[in-house]
Amino acid sequence: MKNLLKTSVASLALVAGANAAAAEGNLVLYHWFEYIPQELLDKFTAETGIEVTMDTYDGNEAMLATLKAGAIGTYDVAVPSDYMVTIMAGEGMLDTIEDGELKNKGNIDPEWADPSFDPGRKHSVPYQWGSTAFAVDTAKYSGDVNTTDIIFNPPEELSGKINVLDGQGELIALASLHMGIPQCSTDRDQLKALNEMLQNAKPHWASFNSDTAKEVLVSGDVTAGMIYDGFSAKARAELSTLQYAFPTQGYVVWMDSVVLLKDAPNRENAIKFMDFLLEPENIAAVSNFARYNNGVSSSAEFLDADLIAQPENNPPAEAGAPAFVEVCDEATQAVYDQIWTNLKK
Amino acid sequence: MAAGAASGGSATTDTYAEAKTWLLMPAWVTIGIFVLAPVLMMLVYSFLTKEFRGGVIWEFSLSAYDQFFFDRGLFGDDPPKIEWTYIAIFWRSIWQAGAATLLSLVIGFPTAYFIATQPEKTRAMWVFLITIPYWVNLLIRTVSMKFLLRDQGPLNDFLLSIGIIDSPLHIVNTNFAVQLGLFYSYLPFMVLPIYAAVERYNFSLSEAAADLYATKWVTLRRILLPAVKPGVIAGCILVFVPSMGSFLAPDLLGGAKNFMIGSLIEEQFKGNAGNWPFGAAASMILLTMVLIILMIFARQQAKAEKGAS
Repeated sequence: MKNLLKTSVASLALVAGANAAAAEGNLVLYHWFEYIPQELLDKFTAETGIEVTMDTYDGNEAMLATLKAGAIGTYDVAVPSDYMVTIMAGEGMLDTIEDGELKNKGNIDPEWADPSFDPGRKHSVPYQWGSTAFAVDTAKYSGDVNTTDIIFNPPEELSGKINVLDGQGELIALASLHMGIPQCSTDRDQLKALNEMLQNAKPHWASFNSDTAKEVLVSGDVTAGMIYDGFSAKARAELSTLQYAFPTQGYVVWMDSVVLLKDAPNRENAIKFMDFLLEPENIAAVSNFARYNNGVSSSAEFLDADLIAQPENNPPAEAGAPAFVEVCDEATQAVYDQIWTNLKK
Repeated sequence: MAAGAASGGSATTDTYAEAKTWLLMPAWVTIGIFVLAPVLMMLVYSFLTKEFRGGVIWEFSLSAYDQFFFDRGLFGDDPPKIEWTYIAIFWRSIWQAGAATLLSLVIGFPTAYFIATQPEKTRAMWVFLITIPYWVNLLIRTVSMKFLLRDQGPLNDFLLSIGIIDSPLHIVNTNFAVQLGLFYSYLPFMVLPIYAAVERYNFSLSEAAADLYATKWVTLRRILLPAVKPGVIAGCILVFVPSMGSFLAPDLLGGAKNFMIGSLIEEQFKGNAGNWPFGAAASMILLTMVLIILMIFARQQAKAEKGAS
């Protein structure tokens, strides 16, 4: 026993020594759960000698709340979605990346180099992007799936067999596309109609679940369910009759971006990490893991062939226009919050 | 409750008489830092102005409580009416927690009685068996429960195969599933205090009652129950209070279709609304209600004890 203890202490000391030798400092990452392969973090450490510490969150709002509650200054980078980048920039939580700091900035796909949520990419680099719509089990429902009626005005046979995401942003954005109204409407008649439409749709829904959105579809608990495209691809791997829908009314798109946080304790390492993620091979590894698209066009050669070909990544010609979740002003948002409370009361 | 037990041991307490004040210090410090301070912070926050997208502005405001009690319509400019939304959410939580408590009592009381009447040697093992499932994380237990209960799950498969039902019972995403989940989560909190009370019960009292021609029912109602009442009340409180604020079971088993108090409060901090003062106000109202319920229990107990002596 004593010997064992000695050996472990010795090996611990060795490990600690090895780390100290290699230490080029640290990087503290605040990231979504299950969204980056461990091997990629190991590769970053091997290449740069920077030790990575990662905390995870399960929602944009949860991340914002944590940072607001005093965690600014703890983390170097976070990975908010499009609308949350706008919000965080507005709150002054992001640091600016100076011109020339990122040597791989040119790798960013021109389509994502100047997005509406971060003009000029002053605070962020692209991570992954995809869409949010819904999937339907075609073994149980044979009608047309490419319409938002599946969720908001479902045919009799789907009633009570629908799961929606438990997130105000995505659900209300899709509902607005369904009705053909702006996402941050100030028109009272439109807002009343939206409220009423959701109230009428709710009795057809079995549940509001985000965490288990994939699982309820695969298990057959529901026949149709709102879901992110990458999750849908994973679900389809387990239940081949699932079809991801691209509604003609339009669908929600999102892009998660790596942002440089204000007061980052290891700012230099954060920049290195962003450069690392802009290397085509590295960002492709994330895509192959998470099954989403990325914002580096030259990464295509490193992507799994089936990822490029998968139906979730290839909207049909008749699909409606993709739309980001929009950021409303305070007064408008208050009405949408009220609609959401009405829906869940 | 414990006054009788403590007075018997006066000889031993003297040994540490000087240290007495210090013995409670760790508990006081812990309670002060981890219970009182956060509650005070919540109280202060509930009277502050909401900052858009989470956070507070340090200006006094009653708007959180106003939002709770008054309905000003979708656009916030209708003349105020009484807001039933949140009262309904509270009522739903009380009802669900109450049903779960009743279920726990109905199943937990006979269980506790059974364990307490086993030979002394095997009692520890029975108590141990009760606690085994609770070594597993609550989230995992709740998810497993969902797997068991679902339409194509083992429970329905079993009932279908033995022919008791013709079509699967639809349990998941109903209120009943939530009650079942809460009951399952907190059952040991009911069993253990009742067990402790029954174990101390002097069974010769039951024999005496039987000798005096009391029926079994009368013996249970007039002799056993009053004697173990403190254990029953403690069990009910221990199940009811955490059930009220729970959000795992409602979200996973109930399908999150309707807010419970717990999920309503969570939404204010982690959700889109980002309304911290309102979340704090709802927490304070919940806390007040729980305190009132506890005080009613305590008063009844005091009354009952007075009546007995």
